[in-house]
Amino acid sequence: MYEYYLTIVLAPLAAAIIAGLFGKKIGRAGAHWITIIAVGISCLLSLLVLRNMFWGGAEPENISVYTWAVTDGLRMEVGFLVDRLTALMMCVVSFVSLMVHIYTIGYMHEDPGYQRFFSYISLFTFSMLMLVMSNNFLQLFFGWEAVGLVSYLLIGFWFKRETAIFANLKAFIVNRIGDFGFILGISGVVMFSGSLDYATVFAAAEGIAAQDIEVIAGMPWNAMTLVCILLFIGAMGKSAQAPLHVWLPDSMAGPTPISALIHAATMVTAGIFMVARMSPLFEFSTTALGVVIIIGAITAFFTGLLGIVQNDIKRVVAYSTLSQLGYMTVALGASAYSAAIFHLMTHAFFKALLFLAAGSVIIALHHEQDIRKMGGIRKYMPITYWTALIGSLALIGFPGSSGFFSKDLLIEAVKESHWREGVSMGDQITYWIAYLSVLLGVFVTALYSFRMFFLVFHGEERMDAEAKSHLHETPAVVTVPLILLAIPSAIIGWFTAGPVLFGNYFGESIFVAESQDVLAHMGETIWHGSAGLVTHIHKSPAFWLAAAGTFTAWFLYLKRPDIPETIKNKVSGLYNLLDRKYYIDDLYINGIAAGGRWVGRFLWEKGDELIIDGVLVNGTAKSVGRLAGIMRQIQTGYLYTYAFAMIIGLTMLLGWLVWLR
Amino acid sequence: MIGLQHYLTISAMLFVLSIAGIIVNRRNLILLLMCIELMLLAVNFNFIAFSRYLGDDTGQVFVFFILTVAAAEAAIGLAILVVLFRNRRSIAVQELNTLKG
Amino acid sequence: MLFHSILFYVFAAIMFGAALGVVFSRNPVHSVMLLVLTFFNAAVLWLMAEAEFLAIVLVLVYVGAVMVLFLFVVMMLDVNVEAAKRGLTRYAPFGIAIALLMVVELMQLIWLRSQVGDTVGGFVPNPEGYSNTKALGSVLYTEHVYAFEIAAVILLLAIIAAITLTMRKRPGLKVQNIAKQVGVRAKDRIRVVKMDAEKKS
Repeated sequence: MYEYYLTIVLAPLAAAIIAGLFGKKIGRAGAHWITIIAVGISCLLSLLVLRNMFWGGAEPENISVYTWAVTDGLRMEVGFLVDRLTALMMCVVSFVSLMVHIYTIGYMHEDPGYQRFFSYISLFTFSMLMLVMSNNFLQLFFGWEAVGLVSYLLIGFWFKRETAIFANLKAFIVNRIGDFGFILGISGVVMFSGSLDYATVFAAAEGIAAQDIEVIAGMPWNAMTLVCILLFIGAMGKSAQAPLHVWLPDSMAGPTPISALIHAATMVTAGIFMVARMSPLFEFSTTALGVVIIIGAITAFFTGLLGIVQNDIKRVVAYSTLSQLGYMTVALGASAYSAAIFHLMTHAFFKALLFLAAGSVIIALHHEQDIRKMGGIRKYMPITYWTALIGSLALIGFPGSSGFFSKDLLIEAVKESHWREGVSMGDQITYWIAYLSVLLGVFVTALYSFRMFFLVFHGEERMDAEAKSHLHETPAVVTVPLILLAIPSAIIGWFTAGPVLFGNYFGESIFVAESQDVLAHMGETIWHGSAGLVTHIHKSPAFWLAAAGTFTAWFLYLKRPDIPETIKNKVSGLYNLLDRKYYIDDLYINGIAAGGRWVGRFLWEKGDELIIDGVLVNGTAKSVGRLAGIMRQIQTGYLYTYAFAMIIGLTMLLGWLVWLR
Repeated sequence: MIGLQHYLTISAMLFVLSIAGIIVNRRNLILLLMCIELMLLAVNFNFIAFSRYLGDDTGQVFVFFILTVAAAEAAIGLAILVVLFRNRRSIAVQELNTLKG
Repeated sequence: MLFHSILFYVFAAIMFGAALGVVFSRNPVHSVMLLVLTFFNAAVLWLMAEAEFLAIVLVLVYVGAVMVLFLFVVMMLDVNVEAAKRGLTRYAPFGIAIALLMVVELMQLIWLRSQVGDTVGGFVPNPEGYSNTKALGSVLYTEHVYAFEIAAVILLLAIIAAITLTMRKRPGLKVQNIAKQVGVRAKDRIRVVKMDAEKKS
């Protein structure tokens, strides 16, 4: 299998290099063919690996490919850890990536940076595969940063647009904050376990959890808690959890395929994947799990609310992504790692689908993104309409869709989680915050999803006549990926929910402490097969909330479109709060960034120019010059002056010899 | 009785005088050379006095060498002086300040 | 012995006065002449210390050769008499004070602090039949023969240096180049041209 893994990883890299460096020579068709073939190979081989894992009963493999450096006993390696978790991620990544590659042919066909784009997304595929297949923290960090780099490049793909440049800088800077925590976490891992290798570190987890560290003197912290929280800060940056979520909506300035691939399906879920991969560490720190669940709950609910007031079609989906990432994080915090990964998988499909559908609409309307200028598109674009409907239903958790299984079971897992048994006040508060957030989030999700859906596809046609005359279904390269993504979005939950969540699919790759193993508990008490879950739907509050949300959206935006305006005017304070995204951007830009700039300016003007340049550097030079100006008076150039100086010295030496000694 | 200390005294006075000459004079480079000759003479006094005091002839051999070197030095010094005069039409010490750069 | 002392003091006084004159005289020619006097007196003092060979060498080599060289240069350079009014440096008083301080220090060192045992007795007189020249010679040509040879080389060096420093090519000086004259060939000087006789026109 070793050759398979290498091929999976290296094929996109080779394609990226060829398309990137020789793009002019191979032309547009050459660029998309080579990258699509390479990613297709990766996808096929990944599916093969998954098949071997799932049905072939292949054992997890931990292969060291190359030892990069050994320093002080610390091995820095390139290696692959391929177990069932990895195999699932590989399939999701390469499949969505393949779809996006194909879709891009349609979406970007007019763009002058065509080859560059394909090179970037292939490079992204390589980076993401490196990330998920890594068997050590260093390679994880490499992949982590590489996907961040590609994300940066792609958000700023249209580098002549100011918003794109602003957005990619913002993404980069916010991610730096997360990555700083992440690298500190990795350093902590190395410090406490002396190894970068997953297997070694996980084996040492119990030992780490037994240690204390005093970061601030006099305040001993549990080493595992510290490490886990630092690692999670990295995940917060990459997976856009509050308060580091601000970059994701802005990243929609990039091309839509990117939003689908990177900012919905794969890269942003790297944080979720990472936490799941680190489950043997997180399980030893209840405190860290508490932080995870609270952050996730806040993100899930409050960013969902923001989706209701957005008018940019991509931003609505972006906020929905944020909210869904929050759901996954909550599941992580509830120790339901499998649920998080399961939701990650289904979300990757239906969110990529939604993004691509949004992109399809955008293409048809010639890059118009404002949903207030859409409406009634259903009859012009039937394929897009139906696929978007499937995506939206999956997103809100319509019974039987993939989102239904993942989200409903996720909420159930939170409800049943070990936090409920917590005796302390804090545990109870955590539990209720998390549970209510995810539960009410369902309503919000349904509301904003169908608000967008109704505004775009139903109702009166608000686009201008010019746009309307050109409106027609997008070409096959766009619709085929939509259909291909719609299929798993609709049905994949049926087959996989049971084995993934309750069938011990992940086996050894995810570790859950026995007392916190909510999914195992649920498997015994609640789970009666997929069909059972669908038939018992009326017992689930989430279902009713979703239905209520959908109904509300229908009522507000189709039946009585005047009401939202009234509400907006009535509670303008609340509306402004949501419209300005809780003023977090303003706080960051005008508060933290401006403060940083002020500190920088102060240090530059006062510290650097005045003290260092003025006093220390030039001041030293000046005082030396002044002193030398005085001293040079002594240097007359006359021989007798020097002789005299010598003789004075001689006399003094003699005087010391005669009188003082 | 005239002995070591008398000769040393003469030598010291001669030496200090020549030092004063070097410091004080600023017109004539030749005078500097002469002062150096005086200084060497003072040194020779010391050597002879100690040679006699210790009854060791080596000191006097040393004086012999000093005389040789002093003669060579005077010859070369005067040659330099002549060249200098040829180039600058002056041997005034106060005009020789090229050391100042 | 008293006479010996008186002689010493007289010659020492003359020598010191002459040395003062060397330093402070206004005319460089006077300075050189006074320097000659200084050397003569020094030779006398050396004689009194029974260093006869060196005393003679001092007179012969120094007064006879070096001082004449000095005098020669002074005359040749023709330092203008006006400038012979030698000015003193502006810190001359300070320099003299330093010099006096140094004298005091040295005197103190010589007379008060010295560890020399016999401070009143003079030098031990040389035995009967002692020849200073012979004694020096026997040491010079045996023990110090290498140094002696080096001294010879130094003198040679001084000769070469002095000549190379002062020698110069004067432009427009007409001199023969013997080597060229000897090495000349007939074909360098004349050219034989063969040509047909020309008709008278």
